[in-house]
Amino acid sequence: MDQDTLRQLMEEALRGWDVDYIEVRIDDTAATRIAYRGRDLEEIGRAHSFGGCVRALYRGGWGFVSFNDPSQLRRWTEMAVAQAHFVGHERSLLAEVEPVVDTVPPHLVKDPRPIPLAAKKELLDEYLDIIWSTPGIASSSIFYSDSHKRVMFANSQGSFIQQERIDVTVRIAATARRDGDLQQASISLGSLGDFSVVEGLHQEVRRLAQKAVELLDAPYVKPGVYPVVLDPVLAGVFCHEAFGHLSEADHIYENEHLREVMVLGRPFGRPILNIVDGAALPGLRGSFKYDDEGVPAQKTYLIREGVLVGRLHSRETAAKMGERPTGNARAIDYRFPPIVRMTNTYIEPGEATLEDLLADIKEGIYACNWYGGTTSMEMFTFSAGEAYMIRQGRIAEPLRPVKLSGNVFETLMNIDAIAKDLAFNQGGGCGKGGQMPLPVSNGSPHIRITRCVVSER
Amino acid sequence: MDKDEALGKLIDLALRRGVEEAEAFYSEAEETPVLFEANRLKQVTARQVAGVALRVVADGRLGAAASSHPQGLDELVEMALESARYGPQAHLQFPPPQGYPDVPTYDPAVPSTTLEEMVRLGEGLIAAVRAEEEGLVCEASVRRTVQEVMGLNSRGGRFRYRRTVFSVGLYGTLVRDTDMLFVGDAKTSCQPIREVMDIVEEVKRQLHWARHTARVRTGELPVVFTPLGVASALMGPLTLAFSGRLVHQGQSPLAHLLGHKAYDPRLTIWDDPTLPYRPASRICDDEGIPSRRLPLVEGGTVCHFLYDLQTAGMAGAQPTGHGYRTPAGQTSISPSCLVVEPGEGSLEEIIASLDEGLVVDQLMGAGQGNVMAGDFSGNVLLGYKIERGEVVGRVKDTVVAGNVHQLLKERVLAIGGRPRWVGGGLLVPPIAFTALSVAAKS
Repeated sequence: MDQDTLRQLMEEALRGWDVDYIEVRIDDTAATRIAYRGRDLEEIGRAHSFGGCVRALYRGGWGFVSFNDPSQLRRWTEMAVAQAHFVGHERSLLAEVEPVVDTVPPHLVKDPRPIPLAAKKELLDEYLDIIWSTPGIASSSIFYSDSHKRVMFANSQGSFIQQERIDVTVRIAATARRDGDLQQASISLGSLGDFSVVEGLHQEVRRLAQKAVELLDAPYVKPGVYPVVLDPVLAGVFCHEAFGHLSEADHIYENEHLREVMVLGRPFGRPILNIVDGAALPGLRGSFKYDDEGVPAQKTYLIREGVLVGRLHSRETAAKMGERPTGNARAIDYRFPPIVRMTNTYIEPGEATLEDLLADIKEGIYACNWYGGTTSMEMFTFSAGEAYMIRQGRIAEPLRPVKLSGNVFETLMNIDAIAKDLAFNQGGGCGKGGQMPLPVSNGSPHIRITRCVVSER
Repeated sequence: MDKDEALGKLIDLALRRGVEEAEAFYSEAEETPVLFEANRLKQVTARQVAGVALRVVADGRLGAAASSHPQGLDELVEMALESARYGPQAHLQFPPPQGYPDVPTYDPAVPSTTLEEMVRLGEGLIAAVRAEEEGLVCEASVRRTVQEVMGLNSRGGRFRYRRTVFSVGLYGTLVRDTDMLFVGDAKTSCQPIREVMDIVEEVKRQLHWARHTARVRTGELPVVFTPLGVASALMGPLTLAFSGRLVHQGQSPLAHLLGHKAYDPRLTIWDDPTLPYRPASRICDDEGIPSRRLPLVEGGTVCHFLYDLQTAGMAGAQPTGHGYRTPAGQTSISPSCLVVEPGEGSLEEIIASLDEGLVVDQLMGAGQGNVMAGDFSGNVLLGYKIERGEVVGRVKDTVVAGNVHQLLKERVLAIGGRPRWVGGGLLVPPIAFTALSVAAKS
């Protein structure tokens, strides 16, 4: 089915329903994946995913139907409308947004699509050889993927938007083994439309493999509370996990206690702290022109000079809280309705240098790189891929990877120094409500936290 | 075109292109969740997902492709052939026609459950829990799913079965200034769920134990994992070690321990996809290998690992029927229904035997870190302090860490006697350990 036919089908399907709002979204995604586990090539090839969904709103109740076969779109629409009627007994609230008709081409730096599968495989083979030429390596894994996604969106308010995006990600991990002891080091990289992030990683891969072997000799951290300096990658994850999720308005808008906690104007950090989210920053993995409700991308200050000044909204949460929509309603694919998500989330740079941050720490932890992280809004936990003791103001011996945990309200207050070296981590994917991994980026300069619970493993 | 016919055509198209073997896999599901937000009905959804995956062996190499496009058979064959050009050496033969055990997984009462009944169930659950704690803000879901799975290969092997799944879950948040408590439970079955008092009782217990706040010291402490706690902290790293792929690659800490006593003699675990009406049960795996009960650990001795076809071929092992197809069509190894054999004593009795310790219902972030080695650690999202044999209150800002293999070998204090299902595929009792590393904000 060609695009004009689809557009016609979508616009026809939206007409003539007794609802407050209705939208149709259709995605078409072609992906290439190459995966190695150990020396074995486990998977190479392409996959094609195609499908769509209808979402209808009637008196505050939502209906949602997802499908693979668009030729019965009118039937799917009817189902979604019937569901919305079944649920809705109150009043629909959606923030006003100007209808948009637009076509957005993909952001491209180096297009992965024309590069032959054989060439992609050859490059990864080189990295695999480097890992396995390192003495002490027992295993490795490499996952590469690129995807080209085209999303068509139409709603009953007259918007019709077609957007394309190309994502490239690679994760490379090496595992060293001695007796029963296994240690792993890894990197995760990603880009919006730029294959070159995957190229020229030979030195980095060599260092990674050596790092895994070195970790076998590193001690565990003594668990406890330490002053901690985070590198930009880990600080970015911290910002995403510890604060970003908390500022998603869908957690807040119908919970009056949380509304009190998250009241705008509340101090969250010291005046040096500024946290921003925005898809309007160009060329990052969380960047786009319109979100999945057709709201233009923006740049939203969440914390400014230590004070809570904003949060992330869908059209519904914005209307219900009497705030402006921020363009943060995103769906991972056609199987899901859009929910409030982050885009590019970062801590703005300060004035200090890394040396300044280390200088007055007698005994602390320097934690770098990313393994993962998760949050329950109040409490968070995230893992460093690399860690070192800080002794007398200097980075000292390496430790095995550590885990940092805390309470967001205290920990943000405990950020007492921010460097000027802002950098973005684009290798991660965010999960929420069963929708994972959604492309996002996190950014930060080096930051210092005066007290943080540090544990082994 | 009928689905059966379409799969047959796909195999023919591939064979006509000269492949040695071909296998087509089709799955479709229609899921209908009824979702409650902030104690009220919020959304009704119907999610229909269907997809076809094709695997071929061409010139001895394995190629695979998947598509959810309804008219894409030719494209799928092209993609699979392209994949086979670079693909791994094939170490498998698709299975010939064979008999499958009778495993009931379909109940027509699930698709005939009405939306009104589902809404009433959710509303009743929320009301019962809020009768205990009025300030609780609840999200709940009641969902019914109907699935159909089909497989066909060029050796004539074929399978087709249907499954229904019904699940009910409730997650409540209690906020007091910046203090947040998250409680909840869920249950799932292939048959309709009408009775949710067990969820209500479980949530009441969580609320009751979390009523006060307690402090915990940094150091080594006995830790009791409830069945929910075992699921959230221990089962992930433990079952990973039984993956035949990781064993074959020498990455599993159990790689050289088949037939050896790797665990406490009280530990017995098996995988059983033949249990009636469990959502992870099935007549065969996604590659057509018949289901059977497979012991993994017996009296502390490691007795089997989990294999799919390709990994079994590489490792010189027998496939065990644990090939699982992801929605994108890749094959991976995954357990079905895991059962940990119960021991003796209730959760309360284990707690009563401890002078000081922790109870863990949920660890947050347990799946990070060096999972491959069996390490887990996490922030205690829901856990309690034990003093003189009693739960005295909820602990917060506390991290628990350990290595699941080491703990189950050297530090088992008790394996309890009252197992319960967690999610669709884990039947487990509480498990207590003599000492775990605990870090707390002092």
